[in-house]
Amino acid sequence: MTKAPQDMSDGERFNPAQISAFMGRHGHGGMLGIGYHDHGADWVTLKLDWRADLVGNDDTQILASGPIISLMDMATSLSIWTKLGKFRPHATMDLRVDYMRASPPGQTVYGRGECYHVSRSIGFVRGLAHNGDPDDPVAHVTGTFIRTEGFGAPRDLTHERA
Amino acid sequence: MSGLDLDQAMPPYARALAIRSAGDEDGVPVLAMPFRVEVLGRPGFLHGGAISGLLELASIAALRSALAAQGRIVRIKPINVTVDFMRGGIDHDTFAVGRITRLGRTLANVEAAAWQGDRGRLIATAQMHYLLRGEND
Repeated sequence: MTKAPQDMSDGERFNPAQISAFMGRHGHGGMLGIGYHDHGADWVTLKLDWRADLVGNDDTQILASGPIISLMDMATSLSIWTKLGKFRPHATMDLRVDYMRASPPGQTVYGRGECYHVSRSIGFVRGLAHNGDPDDPVAHVTGTFIRTEGFGAPRDLTHERA
Repeated sequence: MSGLDLDQAMPPYARALAIRSAGDEDGVPVLAMPFRVEVLGRPGFLHGGAISGLLELASIAALRSALAAQGRIVRIKPINVTVDFMRGGIDHDTFAVGRITRLGRTLANVEAAAWQGDRGRLIATAQMHYLLRGEND
């Protein structure tokens, strides 16, 4: 069974496998076919298969940068809720991706996101994208997420409809 | 580059996001991405990764256009990208344009901006570095 993060009941322990199954079937995660791979106390690894329609350059057949950013955004986002043990609404504030190398055509990309600190309002994350060997990374990632409910979150990031 | 040429030059990933050319701003190509379920993140809002993808494609379109104007044929390799998200993207078309701050022989610095209804209210910006490699490098 899968459910959306916001549908979790009070007191229910956050389960990244269950939530990523939902995210891999709906919206942008569903379009990219992002799936769950593994998790620990403060980290989550998701995976993204190479697909011809996600290519950023017809000549090289290398994946576009966007799907890798999406993968890392989702993995790092989930790592915060995993560390907290519960869902808490947030939005990505910033994300930096450094590319060590291209991910070769046909190869699955694994995105490991880790929450190394979470405060009342901000989640601090870092991550690694690789093709199966974390010692040979495709990209390093760092970023922050801001809580969008319950703690002085900027309205712009939350419910603005103007 | 005319709008039609730009649409034909779009990579598969851009077509998967239904991104199309939407004119230009001072000669720099503007791209548009429609709001669809395929680019949805948390309920009612655009996914940050889809916004990032649009910013990246706008930057590359700006670079290709500037490089073509100089008659240069090079491969464009991303080194890094930093995306700032300022506002949640809602159920409207999203536009983006890339601004080249420096175009050197081996390195290009690009800043891209994304907005929806109001050009003055940006939903996200990105700063990017690209390595430029000649055909024989």
